[in-house]
Amino acid sequence: MAEEERKRNTLDRGLLKWLEGVKNLEIEDVDFVIDRLEFTLPTQIFRPPLLPKEVLPTGKPKGILTSEFSIPVDTYRGGVTEVVLGATKSEGGTRSRTITVGGSKTPAFYAFEDEKPNPPVIVGDVFDMKVSLPKPVREHFGEVLEDPAEWARVYVEKFDVDMIDLELISTDPLINDTPISESAKLVEEVLQAVDVPIVIGGSGSPKKDGDLLSKMAEVAEGERVLLSSATPDLYKPIAEAAKKHDHSVLSWTSLDINQQKELNRNLLEYLPKERIIIDPTSAALGYGIEYAFTIMERMRLSALWADEELQMPMAAATSNSWAAREAWRKDHDLGPRNLRGPLWETTSALTFLLAGVDMFIMLHPAAIRTVKEVAGWLMKENAEKTQKNWLDLEAV
Amino acid sequence: MSKKTSPLDVFNLLPKTNCGKCGEDTCFAFATKVADRKVDLELCTPLFEEKNYKENLGNLEVLLRPAVREIRLRSTGEEVRIGGKTVMFRHEFRYDNPTSIAISVSDTMPEDEMLLKVKKASEWGYRYIGMDLSLDLIAVRSNSNDPMQFRDRVKKISDNTQMPMMLCSFSPEVIEQGLLALEGETPLIYAANRENWKEMSQLSIKYGCPLVVSAPNDLDQLRSLTASLMEEGIENLVLDPGTMPDEGLRDTINNFTMLRRSATRKEDDLSGFPLLGAPISAWCEEDEEPEIKAWKESYIASMLMSRYADILIINSIEMWSLLPIVIWRTNIYTDPVKPVMVEPGLRKYGDPGRDSPVLYTTNFALTFYTVQEDFKDLDCYLLVIDTEGISVESAVAGGKLTAEKVAEAIKETGIEDMVDHRKIVSPGLAARISGETEMESGWDVIVGPKDSAGIKTLLDKKFYQ
Repeated sequence: MAEEERKRNTLDRGLLKWLEGVKNLEIEDVDFVIDRLEFTLPTQIFRPPLLPKEVLPTGKPKGILTSEFSIPVDTYRGGVTEVVLGATKSEGGTRSRTITVGGSKTPAFYAFEDEKPNPPVIVGDVFDMKVSLPKPVREHFGEVLEDPAEWARVYVEKFDVDMIDLELISTDPLINDTPISESAKLVEEVLQAVDVPIVIGGSGSPKKDGDLLSKMAEVAEGERVLLSSATPDLYKPIAEAAKKHDHSVLSWTSLDINQQKELNRNLLEYLPKERIIIDPTSAALGYGIEYAFTIMERMRLSALWADEELQMPMAAATSNSWAAREAWRKDHDLGPRNLRGPLWETTSALTFLLAGVDMFIMLHPAAIRTVKEVAGWLMKENAEKTQKNWLDLEAV
Repeated sequence: MSKKTSPLDVFNLLPKTNCGKCGEDTCFAFATKVADRKVDLELCTPLFEEKNYKENLGNLEVLLRPAVREIRLRSTGEEVRIGGKTVMFRHEFRYDNPTSIAISVSDTMPEDEMLLKVKKASEWGYRYIGMDLSLDLIAVRSNSNDPMQFRDRVKKISDNTQMPMMLCSFSPEVIEQGLLALEGETPLIYAANRENWKEMSQLSIKYGCPLVVSAPNDLDQLRSLTASLMEEGIENLVLDPGTMPDEGLRDTINNFTMLRRSATRKEDDLSGFPLLGAPISAWCEEDEEPEIKAWKESYIASMLMSRYADILIINSIEMWSLLPIVIWRTNIYTDPVKPVMVEPGLRKYGDPGRDSPVLYTTNFALTFYTVQEDFKDLDCYLLVIDTEGISVESAVAGGKLTAEKVAEAIKETGIEDMVDHRKIVSPGLAARISGETEMESGWDVIVGPKDSAGIKTLLDKKFYQ
């Protein structure tokens, strides 16, 4: 290794020496074999002097200098579209209200630039079969975990979610291979049980999701649901069904911004931007969350810089947080899991909130409550702003 | 957009003697590492010792000054670096110097309780993907407002921990006694404000310690104080724009974001200092349960870390509320260019024989270390498949973990010659590709548990039968 590096440095030096005084260099017929390519764009060599212009030193000051902070506002050429989910009676559906997702014109919560037009949407996560959920989640739902329609109702009535995500995981041929007709009945049942807009999720099986979601789109016609999800492997039948029955589509990729752009480009052949929501995969805190966070930040900035392929609202499933052992494991050293678990989901969700996520698919009631509350505070103009004096805080 | 330093610019200002004192063979190699902020310029000793390089050194220091300055705190045994950020967004370069977490104690706590908390903070640790995570600082608050009591407590803390300290009081008399108790160390002084800034600036100069500037939710005042302190000759500053819980979060997040944007995007030197967050403010609500306060403190800390806090003051020492903060810190401070992955290939655990189980997983570091922890008491072979550092579930969905890749790994590692059986245990989350894997490899696939904690039960039930 050291030998290789030495050789390379000698080569670097040799090249530099050889290139001294050369102004233009034309290279013809050359192949480069490159492992990692870094471009260093020339920067200005020296930074401006330290003191700002408005502060002109005239010997030691007697009193405090005054200097005004200028608010660093940027302008953006692009913005995030608004996706409307659900349809009321007058719109041909049966929902009590519609939900608008997205619409941001600035990075997340840059209130010094512009207000966020719509609050983040909280979706309660419901499965069509009994799944192994950790105890801190189970204890809030009890028996309804075996009855998806009731489970949905508890989310809406007791925990105040904006929407329900019904995940039809039992349809997977590798799980129960539940017949499509049965799932159709369940979707109708859930639409009866709650009056909020819904997401209908497939199992992730590329063999079955196309037929399944097409049928569900037909069953839910008029309700403007979100079909979850179109993937790089399987998007055509889902996009076609959404187009035919007037629904929207969740565009899901696996932590890959280029793949996301490609899938969105493909979906745009069928649907307008206003009918697509992006899910770039929300890895759990401690299990790759930084990939998701950074991809979300990059996608949102690109959207604001007018990249049309990324100008859709973003969704994150923070239910995934419970995959982290630190969230669910019974472990005395890690402290009570009925606090630790929901805090894990809360932390993941708030991290995504600050990266620009507009829609959260969530599990735990305490995490749901905190995210709603924090988003409300972040969006509240002219709020009370007193700094509490923590310096004098009595010891706790 | 970001301020990235060119290795050539650095190289041109180095001695160019290739003396090797820095540990590199050539000045160019050294320049590359300095520009990438992987090593300190101080390693080039001739630059600092020889007079004729003085001008170059001055120019280099300006060239290399990050958009957010770096502040160093020291105890007798440890050094903590704060700030030193070159970019606003993690994807632009990398965040250096992970946010320092300071655990707060008060000088009016019963002494044994105070020292117990200090001990807990010093010994706090968590093992995560092969790393030992820990906390960084002790912040001592003077509730007594009694200089001698403060001095006594600071001394006792210093005798009981290696961690560098933050001395917290708005009284210059109190702070000076604290500084006297820490001779030879470099604690952080909290804080200069509108009233005391002159006296505090003198202490900062006299004792050579960095100083926090505090102006709660008032960026004009923060800026005026910063300009005044710089005019006094102090450049080791940390900015505290105030941390307000609940409805105040909006302004708090705004202030942190505006300051960091001014520093990185507008090259505004008066904003170019590390930012201090005080999630401990969550403890000021009187009518709330301690669990609620710790809960709020924890999520405020994580939010402020997403929004550029370089140092955080925390009250709760509870594991459940600290762990999410420390894990998020570790995650956001990883280099975004390098996926967190391990070398693919064959691993052996214990003393595997010709009938020992063969299992496979991905080379995403977290998956690998988690699995390894569960396998350490088994005798088995583990095939680590190259999924480009992606976890099992995402790799299956994204086509980075395929039947072909597993079959290829079976061939390439020569595992076929090491065992007599043809049974491989797959991760539970890779169940979807098990059929194809059997066809591609000719091995039987036993689908393992979704979490590798259940591996022993599975092997007893399905493998050894």
